Amino acid sequence: MTTSSVTPESSPAGPDPDAPPAHGDLAAVAATAPIEGGIGDYFRTYVQRVRSGDMGSLPAVAGLIVLVIVFWILHPTFGSLANFSDLLKQASPTIFIAMGLVFVLLLGEIDLAAGTAAGVCAALMARLSVGYGWPWPAAIGAALVAGLVIGLFTGWLCAKVRIPSFVVTLALFLAFQGVELFFVLNGKGAHGNISITDNVITDLYNGQMEPWLGWLLLVIAVVGYALVKLQQVTSRSRAGLIAEPVSLVVLKVIALAVLLAVAVYLLNRNRGGTGGTQLINQGGKLVMVRPPALQGVPWVVLMIGFFFTIWTFVLTRTRYGRHVYAVGGNTEAARRAGIRTDRIRISVFVISSFMAAIGGVLIASNTHSVDANTGGGNTLLLAVGAAVIGGTSLFGGRGRPADAIIGGLVVAVIANGMADLVQGNNRDSIQYIVTGAVLLLAAAVDALSRRRAGAAGLG
Amino acid sequence: MAEPALSLRAITKSFGPVEVLRSVDFDAYAGQVTALVGDNGAGKSTLIKCIGGTYTIDSGQFFFEGREAHVHSPRQASELGIEIVYQDLALCDNLDIVQNMFLGRESHTGPVLDEIAMEKAAAGALASLHVRTVKSVRQRVSSLSGGQRQTVAIAKSVLWQSKVVILDEPTAALGVAQTAQVLELVRRLADQGIAVVLISHNMNDVLQVADRIAVLYLGQMAAIVDRKEVDQQQLVELITTGRTGTTGLPASSATAGV
Repeated sequence: MTTSSVTPESSPAGPDPDAPPAHGDLAAVAATAPIEGGIGDYFRTYVQRVRSGDMGSLPAVAGLIVLVIVFWILHPTFGSLANFSDLLKQASPTIFIAMGLVFVLLLGEIDLAAGTAAGVCAALMARLSVGYGWPWPAAIGAALVAGLVIGLFTGWLCAKVRIPSFVVTLALFLAFQGVELFFVLNGKGAHGNISITDNVITDLYNGQMEPWLGWLLLVIAVVGYALVKLQQVTSRSRAGLIAEPVSLVVLKVIALAVLLAVAVYLLNRNRGGTGGTQLINQGGKLVMVRPPALQGVPWVVLMIGFFFTIWTFVLTRTRYGRHVYAVGGNTEAARRAGIRTDRIRISVFVISSFMAAIGGVLIASNTHSVDANTGGGNTLLLAVGAAVIGGTSLFGGRGRPADAIIGGLVVAVIANGMADLVQGNNRDSIQYIVTGAVLLLAAAVDALSRRRAGAAGLG
Repeated sequence: MAEPALSLRAITKSFGPVEVLRSVDFDAYAGQVTALVGDNGAGKSTLIKCIGGTYTIDSGQFFFEGREAHVHSPRQASELGIEIVYQDLALCDNLDIVQNMFLGRESHTGPVLDEIAMEKAAAGALASLHVRTVKSVRQRVSSLSGGQRQTVAIAKSVLWQSKVVILDEPTAALGVAQTAQVLELVRRLADQGIAVVLISHNMNDVLQVADRIAVLYLGQMAAIVDRKEVDQQQLVELITTGRTGTTGLPASSATAGV
């Protein structure tokens, strides 16, 4: 939606870009192209990139694996089927908010109000659904629209009034708590704690899809990925440009297929306890029934996959995405290149608040209720942490939607694992300290890799 | 001599009471390197900002390829075919060479970027300048040396078929070898039929690469001389006093602004 509105003037200035200057022949291209080669060369280039400070999600993925192993050893139920699916669900609100924050962070800005904006949207949805009996599409739609409006307002204050985003969103963080409280305490229906009765809304977070649908989506994801990759490779080599080696592409596709297949297989197994029969009271009679199997991929996984695909496409394949990176990398250069930097700045806040609204809906769906604290507390900090842990830079210019997913999983694994591991009085305190330490570690990695990249850039 | 690609007549520009440019004439010819020199505060930056559309001139005439033009914004200037390569380069470190060269003017089919067309055109532009120092056009700009960055910025103007390219201190931050490379590039740019305007404080650079030298002195055009007509000493004299021998501003006018 934002893509079209921020694209600068319909036709680019200067000569027609589709008919580039005539001096590009293949010999010339070869003169400036890297040494072509197989997987070995690609691997070496990758190692070189990592060593020069461009680590991407590598530390987060490594950290995630280590954390999972440690928690699993210390507390075997951490690795149970039920906990696996719980982990994905618990990570989902953080992932959504973080995915929006990636856009804001890409510009070197911050949105401290994303958490309470999520709360406002959730409260609005709950009030409309419960108090006024709005059907779920209307209630959720209202929440999403509220997210867009909040983003527009925030972006306008930052880009047009030119208040630093830190101050704008800090002020809005406070103000939104008030707005949320207002929604919770006023209007028709329950006050204080609004219980959500709509099954669709509560199933967003808690529901799972039929097992066959999980497999179908897996096939779609893998085939889609393979097709996109192959199309890229063939069209590049047809144009005489250096393309990724086919063997590497095949390897990537197989890796993705195996990873997803294992996940779908595990999620499709019955995680609902022993599966034995139990007595229930049915119409005054006691009958023996088997409990319904609890199995299937949670719906939130599909939602995350959907938005991940969309935003990755937008950031890497469209002019809008390119301009977001450009403004984040060097605002002045982007402005001189004719990019409407103000519009880009506003748009990232719109995306951030929109994604936060979805996060808010999921939080409400999880707890089946909304109160004045929904989206408050450490919701925002965990989301910022997730983005940064995943590899998005706080300094702008570097970040991907995938970072939000990886970082969100790390945050969820810590919360989930620590909750199981540490019992008693100090449970929360230790969990806070550990999460804070991990965030600090991620920010340190970010700062150090930036310094390293700077040094490499001079060399 | 043929008609100049860019021709300014009696340009004046003031900021409040301060008259920064006083009736300045300036020409740049296709296929030539015109050096624009002058001491700090002589008005060089103001003049190129007027050409580039960042500032609007107060009075005077602006001819582009023989036709009078009115430039009020950088966009209008680049639409005419005037490209300014700034001293601080205006490149995005986090983007690669192709992405930087096409920044703001990306090729696209529908909503999707046409990476292949852009990569080929960028590589072609670099090749046409005989650039061999860049390993891959998909390198991030952050990994390039100062000279390579300058190269990318200059190649951008070739890519966009600019008619007039203004280089603001292109060698200011470079070492000896890189300076030589960039100067060679400046020459090739002119050889491609582009009118190159080179702003530099380095007299060696100017004398090495320029065809004509325009000297600004306290907001006035002291002299526009042929490279062959001056040596370094005369040039320094022109820059510092506005005159040398019979060339330059009349003695009275040369000191009027002091």
